[in-house]
Amino acid sequence: MSVHTWLTDTPLEVADVLARVGTHEDGAVALFLGTVRRSNAGRDVVGMRYDAYLPMAERVLAAIAAEALERMGEGSVAAAHRVGEVPLGGASVAIAVASPHRAEAFDACRYVIEEIKVRLPVWKLERYTDGTEAWLGGAPPPAPEPAETAS
Amino acid sequence: MRVNILLFAHYRELAGTDAVALELPDGATAADAVARLRAAGATLARIPAAPALAVNEAYASLETALADGDEVALLPPVAGG
Repeated sequence: MSVHTWLTDTPLEVADVLARVGTHEDGAVALFLGTVRRSNAGRDVVGMRYDAYLPMAERVLAAIAAEALERMGEGSVAAAHRVGEVPLGGASVAIAVASPHRAEAFDACRYVIEEIKVRLPVWKLERYTDGTEAWLGGAPPPAPEPAETAS
Repeated sequence: MRVNILLFAHYRELAGTDAVALELPDGATAADAVARLRAAGATLARIPAAPALAVNEAYASLETALADGDEVALLPPVAGG
């Protein structure tokens, strides 16, 4: 049982997350990469810049991965997210989940990316071929948990 | 009390800075901090009146009571992944 999460300003490789999951008890490793695609809302994209509220993003990403592991009950989770410039085709997020069985691995991997999309305090500035750029509207961050408002 | 407002992405561009220190009366809430910030300039007024926010790195509501030294981050809709 292990969780490894981080944000980084250097290019993400599949091996970075794969190396941090899996034991001889596992029979499945699910891997997800999010990549920068060419076309978004009809405009040609040359790259993205990811900005993060870094200390909070590190905490939230660790919490998401811990929740994924809890859903599985056994196995391991690694998740890394980029900050800074990511070119077209580059990976913005990499997730690896190892589990004794594939269903749990796929489920946990899906959980991590879906929660990242709605909870991780990260923003992207999309750059276009015509030299313009725009902050992408994303998901409204979630309502706080009651326990988190008490402080 | 004094609190530090952090701004990100689109909100940072509206503010022209990534952080603003605010002096607020005791008993002020996160909503009071947002209102004070929005009243400080025409472009700042374009920040939503009820943005998502975090207090000391945890998602929080506008009703959250603030304390001296708190860090209040105004969060545009997130777009990770």
